[in-house]
Amino acid sequence: MSSRSGALQEPPARQSTDPVLAVEGLTITYRGPQGRQSAVRDVSFALHPREAYGLVGESGCGKSTIALAIMRYLPANGRVAAGTICFDGRDLLGMPASELQRLRGNRIAMVYQDPGAALNPSMTVGDQVAEVFEAHKGCSRAQARAAAVQMFEHVRMPGAADVARRFPHQLSGGMQQRAIIAMALATNPSLLILDEPTTGLDATVEAAVLDLIVALRGEFNAAILLISHNMAVVSRLCERVGVLYAGEMVEQGATSELFASPRHPYTAGLLACVPRPGTRKDADPLIPIAGRMPRLGEEFAGCSFAPRCPLVREACRQEKPPLIAIEGERLARCFYWPEVAALHEAHLTRDRRPIATATNNRDDGTILSVQHAERHFGRPSHLIRAVNDVSFDTPRGHIFGLVGESGSGKSTIARCVAGLLGLTGGTITLDGRDISRPVEQRERADIKRVQMVFQSPEATLNPRQTVRQMLCRTVKALTDRRGTALRERVEELARLVHLDAGLLDSYPSGLSGGQRQRVAIARAFAGDPDVVLCDEPVSNLDVSVQATILNLLADLQQRKSVSYVFISHDLAVVRYLADQVGVMYLGELVEVGPVERIFAPPFHPYTETLFAAMPTLNAALPTVRAAGSMPSAAAIPPGCPFHTRCPRVLGEECATQRPPWQQTDGGHMYRCWIPPDRLATLQQGTWSAEPRKEA
Amino acid sequence: MSVPNLSIPPESAVGPAPPVALPAARRVRRGVALRGLLHTPSAVVGLAITAFWMLCAIFWPLFAPYSPDAQDFNALLAKPSLAHLFGTDQLGRDVLSRVLAGSREVLTLAPAATLLGLLGGTLVGLLTAYYGGWFDEIVMRVMDAIMAFPFIILGLLILAVMGPSTLNVILVIGFGYVPLTGRVVRAAALGVRDLDYISAARLRGASGLSIMLTEILPNITGPVIVEGTVRVGYAVFAVATLSFLGLGVPPPSPNWGAMINDTHIYIQVSPWIVLAPTLAIATLVVAINLVADGLRQAVRA
Repeated sequence: MSSRSGALQEPPARQSTDPVLAVEGLTITYRGPQGRQSAVRDVSFALHPREAYGLVGESGCGKSTIALAIMRYLPANGRVAAGTICFDGRDLLGMPASELQRLRGNRIAMVYQDPGAALNPSMTVGDQVAEVFEAHKGCSRAQARAAAVQMFEHVRMPGAADVARRFPHQLSGGMQQRAIIAMALATNPSLLILDEPTTGLDATVEAAVLDLIVALRGEFNAAILLISHNMAVVSRLCERVGVLYAGEMVEQGATSELFASPRHPYTAGLLACVPRPGTRKDADPLIPIAGRMPRLGEEFAGCSFAPRCPLVREACRQEKPPLIAIEGERLARCFYWPEVAALHEAHLTRDRRPIATATNNRDDGTILSVQHAERHFGRPSHLIRAVNDVSFDTPRGHIFGLVGESGSGKSTIARCVAGLLGLTGGTITLDGRDISRPVEQRERADIKRVQMVFQSPEATLNPRQTVRQMLCRTVKALTDRRGTALRERVEELARLVHLDAGLLDSYPSGLSGGQRQRVAIARAFAGDPDVVLCDEPVSNLDVSVQATILNLLADLQQRKSVSYVFISHDLAVVRYLADQVGVMYLGELVEVGPVERIFAPPFHPYTETLFAAMPTLNAALPTVRAAGSMPSAAAIPPGCPFHTRCPRVLGEECATQRPPWQQTDGGHMYRCWIPPDRLATLQQGTWSAEPRKEA
Repeated sequence: MSVPNLSIPPESAVGPAPPVALPAARRVRRGVALRGLLHTPSAVVGLAITAFWMLCAIFWPLFAPYSPDAQDFNALLAKPSLAHLFGTDQLGRDVLSRVLAGSREVLTLAPAATLLGLLGGTLVGLLTAYYGGWFDEIVMRVMDAIMAFPFIILGLLILAVMGPSTLNVILVIGFGYVPLTGRVVRAAALGVRDLDYISAARLRGASGLSIMLTEILPNITGPVIVEGTVRVGYAVFAVATLSFLGLGVPPPSPNWGAMINDTHIYIQVSPWIVLAPTLAIATLVVAINLVADGLRQAVRA
């Protein structure tokens, strides 16, 4: 743990001091149509000076509600029904508003998820930080401005003085978040609340922001309360962590112990939902948590996790388990916590299916071939080159993974293949037939062979159509089935995606995110496609739901021997699912090859930074970071597009000439000036220093 | 002071409430939205007044005290009395009866014209939003050109050429509303056009027309209904104005605008004959706007 444990080097001296923040028996209710419903029940935890504490849980578990209650920002229909929140020994809930306001400025700071919405768009960021100094430190204008620039230097803002004069829209997301962190730390607060601080940022930017927070902990005195759905982010930053489920604290303890040996079945379940390094779809299906998160206001006589728990007994349904102290500060809300260790062990070491089964019956002919695809937008004077000269082949029955940061053109290429966008150059062929036309100009036979699953469960279904209407419409349009055959096909599709037939007559508003994605998958499979384009199909889902959808996609792909083009920013998912992988940067493919060759040295320096930025729970990865953020597709740097950020930049040729494709073996190639043997030597040094714990 | 809400904002400067929505409160079905309308007091008042005028328009022969055209030569410009609650006009006709009877024309013309404008506007809005590009550009510039003319002047011009008649009044007002509703529908449709379910419909090979009618239109009914209601209010006004200028439906049918025009010279002698039709127009327009406001809020919820 040593290489990235900036968080852990600072031994929190907590024995002698009182907690900065003490939350006791906190219960928060919302007034809804059915009266008052509790969103948070009896949650207690304490933050000691300079400590970092993480609250982790899926959406709807109440973690953000707790943060809002601490700041006393609960919406009008929310109320603290019981419990206390003490800051520095003083009751925050009973405090008069004026005093609270002073505290909020000086001693407690908060960083929200969306940096764009937290900055005032009509002021330069420098002035916004300076304002904090003026308001709370009584500085003069000039002093405050100088202090603001100093703060920007503190948060490693490149070109601090220059950035201070810019407006928020002129900064990238990562720089905006840096500016906000600078503002939050300006008054040297005792408590810093981070609510999903890196969600929505690209992986490389997220890693850099986390690096920054880890580094700043040595320079500032703030205790940190980190709220996140991402266990890896929490484990990177926090010494202690609390796991929330349905508004209750189910487990708490030291981060490393808790994630290594969970004591509550929910924590164990969450860990089994995430693809671990070294696991593959055909050998290790993910183990999703059965059932669904209880709705707000749903009350249980016994344990609220009982309906989904693999260890459930009669007693769990009768009586609510208390938080049981296990050893030291370890707490778990489970009667049968000693059995959880065995459950977790079983998840890790369960019988593996032989890998060969699925791979054998593959017909390796190419089904989808993209050659020199190019898609430009805008006028010649302001040309956005979203996709440039992209070529790849997808063998029949394979999964081709496309990875890259947002703005790399991976969604654009998928939309071109689907025909939602036309190409401005190059060709796409399906089974030898040219389909490089928009869908409106394709033949019906070609249309049904290429389908797509979209990212957002909210927008993927028409809110005014029932599931049945929607599927009927699709089956009718793509096949010749009518009447009974049509009805049967719709029900067959519902069974195919494990959608309860009772839900066929619901409107999308009555479905959960996972159920909506199932419907979207059923729709894509309605015409027995050859290629399904999956554009971040699980990115907007909670981890436990994500696991069921990934399992479903993997299962369908093998049963129907379909090919996927699977787009994701999540390398762990791609590594788990894909057979071939392409890495995109600024509209170009920079590396292509079989999955096992992509995620190991030698890899393209961009892939290397992506891989190093991957948030992981149990493996410490080296710190190889790309500098800054991705340039605009309207101003692609000459030479190698990555040279402006590359940690392994060679010299002048990188900046002036387009790099050649370098071939290694097994169909793996990458576009770089550094030849494979040299790159391998360079990267071996970095990547073998820290032996990675692979399962 | 505009320190963003990361650390300091005083209670009043928090800005919009943080996005914590109760899952149950988030989705409101249309039935619930209409019930929400009945919970807004101003909308209920508006509905009641509108309903009153609609009943008048249908049933006035049953409760109008006189025939609107019957003349009583013994009571020219009579003051309000028990016999004539709102007095009589210069020809001795009962003002109350004429106002009641006049509601029928307004409440036929205004909704019909609005419907026409809404149909045209929806067509224009859907087509321009869905196809976009040059087509959108050209059509919307033409719409801008039409809107650049003051509406009444445009109406005067057209009616002067075509001659006043019931159908022509409907056509003129309806035509005048196409650019206005077209803009509203276009804006609403643009918000839906790029959603994934539209892409999914294209991927099953659906035609543009079918996507507009089955995928986009059902999802923008809220704004369209609100826009329609607002337009009815304006149309009442437009009908009255055209009649006042003598370009409405030709006499002798009783109508509010013409009543004001005929009688306004007597305003100093017997103000009530002007007051009655004026009040009628005002109450109806205000009532319809109250309903529209209520609908707008209910649809947004």
